[in-house]
Parts: sequence; C-alpha cells; structure tokens
Amino acid sequence: MPVEGEPANSSLLTVGQLTKLFGTFAACDGINLDIRPGEIHALLGENGAGKSTLVKMLFGVLAPSSGEIVWQGQPVRIASPSAARKLGIGMVFQHFSLFEALTVAENIALSMDPGVSLSKIAKEASDLSHAYGLPLDPHAHVADLSVGERQRIEIVRALLQNPKLIILDEPTSVLTPQEADRLFETLNKLKAEGRSVLYISHRLEEVQRICDRATVLRHGKVTGACDPRKETPSSLARMMVGSDVAHVSAEGTSAKGAVKLEANHLSASARTPFAVSLKNICLKVHAGEVLAIAGVAGNGQGELFDALSGEYPVASDDVIRISDKPVGTRGINARRLMGAGFVPEERHGHAAVSALSLSDNLILARSQSDRRAFLGGGFLGLIRQDAVKMAAKRISAAMDVRKSGENPPAGSLSGGNLQKFIVGRELDRQPTVLVVNQPTWGVDAGAASRIRQALVDLAKSGSAVLVISQDLDEIFEVATEIAVISEGKLSDIYPASELSREKIGLLMGGMYGKTETAETTHAH
Amino acid sequence: MGIFEAILLTVITAATPLVLAAIGELVTERSGVLNLGVEGMMVMGAACAFIATQQTGSPYVGILAGIASGALFSLLFGFLTLTLVTNQVATGLALTILGLGVSGMIGEAYVGQSGIKLPQIVFPVLSDIPFLGAILFRQDLIFYLSIALVAGVHWFLFRSRAGLKLRAVGDSHSSAHALGVNVIRTRYLAVMFGGACAGLAGAQLSLVYTPQWAENMSAGRGWIALALVVFASWRPWRIVAGGYLFGAVSISQLYAQAFGIGIPSQFLSALPYLATIVVLILISHNRRTTLINTPAALGKSFVPDR
Repeated sequence: MPVEGEPANSSLLTVGQLTKLFGTFAACDGINLDIRPGEIHALLGENGAGKSTLVKMLFGVLAPSSGEIVWQGQPVRIASPSAARKLGIGMVFQHFSLFEALTVAENIALSMDPGVSLSKIAKEASDLSHAYGLPLDPHAHVADLSVGERQRIEIVRALLQNPKLIILDEPTSVLTPQEADRLFETLNKLKAEGRSVLYISHRLEEVQRICDRATVLRHGKVTGACDPRKETPSSLARMMVGSDVAHVSAEGTSAKGAVKLEANHLSASARTPFAVSLKNICLKVHAGEVLAIAGVAGNGQGELFDALSGEYPVASDDVIRISDKPVGTRGINARRLMGAGFVPEERHGHAAVSALSLSDNLILARSQSDRRAFLGGGFLGLIRQDAVKMAAKRISAAMDVRKSGENPPAGSLSGGNLQKFIVGRELDRQPTVLVVNQPTWGVDAGAASRIRQALVDLAKSGSAVLVISQDLDEIFEVATEIAVISEGKLSDIYPASELSREKIGLLMGGMYGKTETAETTHAH
Repeated sequence: MGIFEAILLTVITAATPLVLAAIGELVTERSGVLNLGVEGMMVMGAACAFIATQQTGSPYVGILAGIASGALFSLLFGFLTLTLVTNQVATGLALTILGLGVSGMIGEAYVGQSGIKLPQIVFPVLSDIPFLGAILFRQDLIFYLSIALVAGVHWFLFRSRAGLKLRAVGDSHSSAHALGVNVIRTRYLAVMFGGACAGLAGAQLSLVYTPQWAENMSAGRGWIALALVVFASWRPWRIVAGGYLFGAVSISQLYAQAFGIGIPSQFLSALPYLATIVVLILISHNRRTTLINTPAALGKSFVPDR
C-alpha cells in the first residue's frame, strides 16, 4: 500500500494486507506497512500485538497466510532467512539466535557465505565491530559473554551481509541506558549510510528519540501510522493500548516500620558457569517500603531471588532474616510459613505448571502455608478441592484475571493474566514480606499497572516489598527505595527521589561514583 | 610373536567395533539426536555382512552390505523421530529390539556356517618396523577405516563449515533454523552416518572378530559404544582412547580366566559402565567444559513452527 502522495517505488519495503493465522487466531491481520530508504521506522505495540510475528514473516522464519511483500518494487516471496539475507534484509532477534558452545567467529560464520574462511570472518567481524563502535573479540566463546556483547554479535553478523534493511527486535530491553545510547549512535551511522532500520519497541521515549516514522500495532492490526516526534507519549500509548493506562499511585508509602527482610553480607558462589556469584550483599526492607533492585539481566538477580526465597538456601542462618528471625538455611516453605511470599521471574515452569489448572497451581504454592485451609484428612493431606477453587476464584476476581473458563490450565492464560494470578496468589495471603522478580516482564500495559498498584498497596498496608526489575519505568513507579545490582554486587540503597535515570545507568555499569562505608550505606 | 603383541592384537580387534559404532553415534549426537538403537543397527550390519559374504564369496561386498544395512536401518529411525517426531529414546530402544529380532530371523539359515575372514592388508615397508609394524600395519581394511573415520570426523566437526552447521544444529536447533540451516536434513544425514558406522562395526564382528554368524552376536557392544560417546565427552579422539581402554577391559576377562586370576568376569564386563559413570560424575563437576562439549539439544525433537 503506497503512502499518499508518494509513488510506490520510492519505498524500500512495502507490505500489503499481510496476515498470519495460527489455527483460527490471527496473530497478524491485514497489516500494511512501508519502509523508505534511509529511515528509522518504529514498529510499536504491546506484547502479543503481532510485532514479532510480522518481522518473522519479513525475515522468512514464518510463512504468511496471505498478503504480499514488495521489496524495491518487486513482489517477493521470502521462503527462508537466507532468502531474506540475499535480498538485503538483516535481523537482530530479541532472543538471540546464538550458539553458546561456539565462538563469536563460528557464530557469525554460520550465516555467511561458506566460501569465506573462518580467519577472514574473524578479522572482518573484528574490524567492522570496531568501526561501528561495538568492539568484539571474535575468538571468545559466546557462553562467556554478557548480554550486551551477545547483542553486538547479532548486529555485527547482520552488518557483515551489507544489508539495506536491518530489523531490530526490542534491542534495548537487555541494555543499560549507556549501552543503549551507544546502540543509537550506531543506528544513526547506519541511517547516514542510507540503510533503513525497522525498530521494534514498546518504549515510547526511545521511539520518539530516534525514529522518523512509526507504525503502531494492536491485536494484530495496524492502529496508527505517525511521526512519533509529533505525538505525545500518551497519544502513542493510546494507539498501542487502545485506552488510557491507569496511572500507578505511590502516594502515602513513606511510613516506615520495623525491618522485615534483611540480608547481611550475603555471598553465594555461582552454581553454573553462566550464573553470577553474589558478593557481600547487604539490604534491609522495612515495613511499608518498596525496595526496587534495578540492573541489567544476568547480573545476579535470579541468584539473589533464589537466596532470598530459599529455593537455594545459603550456608548460614544469620545471613538472611525474615521478621528478624534467621532463616538462611531454611527452605522456601519454612519461609512462607513465617509470612513471606515469593514470585519468581519465569511464569511457565517456575511460578506455574502450564498444564495444570489454576486451582492446582494454587495448591502447589500454598499447600504448606495454608495447610489448614486447603488440606484435610489429617496426615493423608487430602486436597479440599472446593476450598481451593473458591480461593482461586477469589484471587481471579481480586486481580481481574481474564480467563477462558472456570478453572482453565495456567498455560491457556495470556502472559499478563497469568502473571496477575501468580502475584494475586501471594497477595491473597497478605504476606508481611513479598519478594518479586521481574513482576511485569512481557506483560501488557494494563496488567502491568494493575500488578504495580497491587505491590504499592501491599506496602501501604504495612508489608515489606522487594521488587527486582529491569524496567526503570516500573522502578520509578513503585519504589520508595532503589538499589542497583551489578555483577552480583549490590550498590548502596538510595531513596527513590534522590536517583535519576542517569545515576542508575552509571550504577548498572558498576560505577559507584562515591565510596561509602557500610554504616552510612544501610542506615535509613 | 610375543605374548604381549598377541594381547595387543586381540585388544585392537575388540576395540575396533566399539570405536566405529561410537564415532558414528558421536556424529549423530552432535547433531542433537540420541539414537539408542546402536545395538540393533550393529547386529543388523553383522548379519547382512555375513550373508552377503556367503552369497558372493567376497568379504568386501560383505562390508558394503553391512554399511548399507546399518544406514538403511537408521533411516527407519530417522523417519520415525525426525519426520513423525516420535520420542527418540523409545524409538531407539524399539530399533534395538527390532534389529535383534530381524537379524536372528534372516540369519537363521547361516548359523554354524564357517565364514570368510577379511584378509589383512600389509603395508610393504611399514609392516617391517619391529613390534609396531606387526600391530599397526598388518591389519584388515576395517581397522584402517576406523582410524581414518575418527580423523575425518574430527576434521569435519571442527574444521569444516558443514561440521560447524551440524554442531550448531545440536546446540540449538531453533537458532540454527532461524539462520537458514536445514535442521531436519542435517539430522537425517547425521543419523544415517551413525547407522552406517554401526553397520560397519557389525561387519567387523562377523568378518574379523569371529568370522561366522550367531544370534545376538553384538553382545551388548552397542550399549558400550553409547557409553563410550559420553565417556569421550563428545570429542572424537577420546573415542579412540576410551574404545581401546574398554576393548582392553573386555579382553582382560578372557585372559583373567585363562590364567586363573580370581576376578569375577561379571565385574570386568561391568567395568566399562562403571568407568562411564565415573567420567559422568567428573565432567558434571566442571559444568563449563560440559556445556561447551555436550550438544545442548540432545534428544530434543524439532518441529519448525511454520
């Protein structure tokens, strides 16, 4: 579909009525899109809006059900990623398609012309990565690299093909603000060379900062095409979400009570070569407080959660205290019995068993902490299905969980709705301590604001809440205190009002700016 | 010829089928497919090699028949697990049971016949080297092939682009697919290479080790070969080291009995498996090297979501 007033052949890529059906579900429904040479074009949308499905079709990973793709004026059928690369389309995936067991050069070689030798590829990759300000060691094993470095491999791999169009799928979701700035410089360099960039994101400020035009998707349909610089964040958000997003109110969460959760010089060695060891972490969360721990993925967040929740107890009891009782060596159920609640990062397979119903997932988490309510028959421990189902219903109602039936399997819920249920499962107990890892990762804006409000409300009612998150917007919405985790070390804890994004960015990179003694650090 | 030389020669004869079957299975597993049917493919190779040799009078035709039958039998495994996406473990076990049954049936008429032993190929000058010459350069074709195959597989996996693709498929099939590598075709070829090697190993049994046919003559060697792949932590040259170690252990059973040494033969036949367990414990200690060597997608079925 040509844009009004423009001849069709001025487009690099035009997509007309592109549709992808999975069964009867239309992930993409009649999408129109055009990308001009030398522009950075944003593809905006919530999770599940169809962005990833659309670009997978453009890159030949998925076959469209109907519709057409026109490349430089010629209708094309892109049968495979190698066909897309031959046309001049490069792609940087959100979940990297890298091989951890292989080296950087070997990873790049896999997408290159087989005639080129590995040593030549290593040299070219190294040169190119330096030219674009993304330095890389071609002989390093991917397993040993950080997420930011892994993304560089993907970008360099795409650039080595000399593409006319580069598709980036949520590239900044794993980067520190400083790393993101560096990426934006690279993108502007590419644009200056006359290449086009299709930039997929749901982060409005980024899109407004670097993109020339934007196409907005919702529920698989295009809901708007605009110049993002002429829009306001709220008008863009409306196009994305379809309605105004409720604002999270953190008013009145300043009152502080006793320390409810405490870690004293918590250290833990890495369990796997790709895990991060925790180094001397000290933190205190008071009643009424929301402590948010910011940081780029893979800096010890999961390990910290495991230690705090008791999934992997630590060697000494005194290192972790819940409501002033030492619990370091106790398991997760013992800690739950003391009034703590935990929500891990992975919804499927960790927080919930996808194939089991919501009520079964409820009893799995709370069979010990709510033994009296949910289990009967003395030592036999028979499940009181009615009581459990009632509780599941109560949680669904409280958190506005939208589901297909009375008690469907967890896997049939959308990410946002399942997350609401999992958070609600803990909130239902009114925990005095709640530890949540990435509470709204991959969740739509409506569900995210609901979950965040619930966390703030819990703190207001006098509980201590610890939120581990990569999302700075989320952190500023919910936190009363903020700390940053980097390479397994925790920064000082700052009141949320004293920190700026830039400061957090510096802390994420491990730059502490000032050194303080432990006493001043943890005094509130 | 001294007793030591004689022992070494029997060790080589015992180790060669293990090395062959294991190097084939290594390639299969490096592509992410776990084929537990090695024992079945091996015994099919033994039966077909013997029958073809008896029919034509040429053990070289027998070798070809062994290779072809192993490859063909593994193609059945490939079709079930890769095209029909059945469970690899269950299918592999079924393949072993089927192979033992079918080989027993087609070979029934040949039980007790005396076969033709594969002739030695003597390298002119090299074979005159004292001690080593007699051991290394007065061997049959299958021995030479086994060493050449290990060298070839090492070169292929770590030096060639196709080998890189195969390792990529075994590490993460969905990433490899996203890069445009044909996952299913790569795995079919790897499975068939594994089958061909197992068939060749079977041919060695019925043409070199004991030139005759007996039911179940693979006698668990397929399982040892599977253990050997893990023992070698998926590195080709370690297959040779492990294969000769396991071969020596199995030969030591015979000598222990002959010389009346009081080690129970059951203990000796269990040794390869015990050694594998020890190696498994050792390598799982160092997770980093495991993750770099172990095919991460091993045993996982791939269904492209198109």
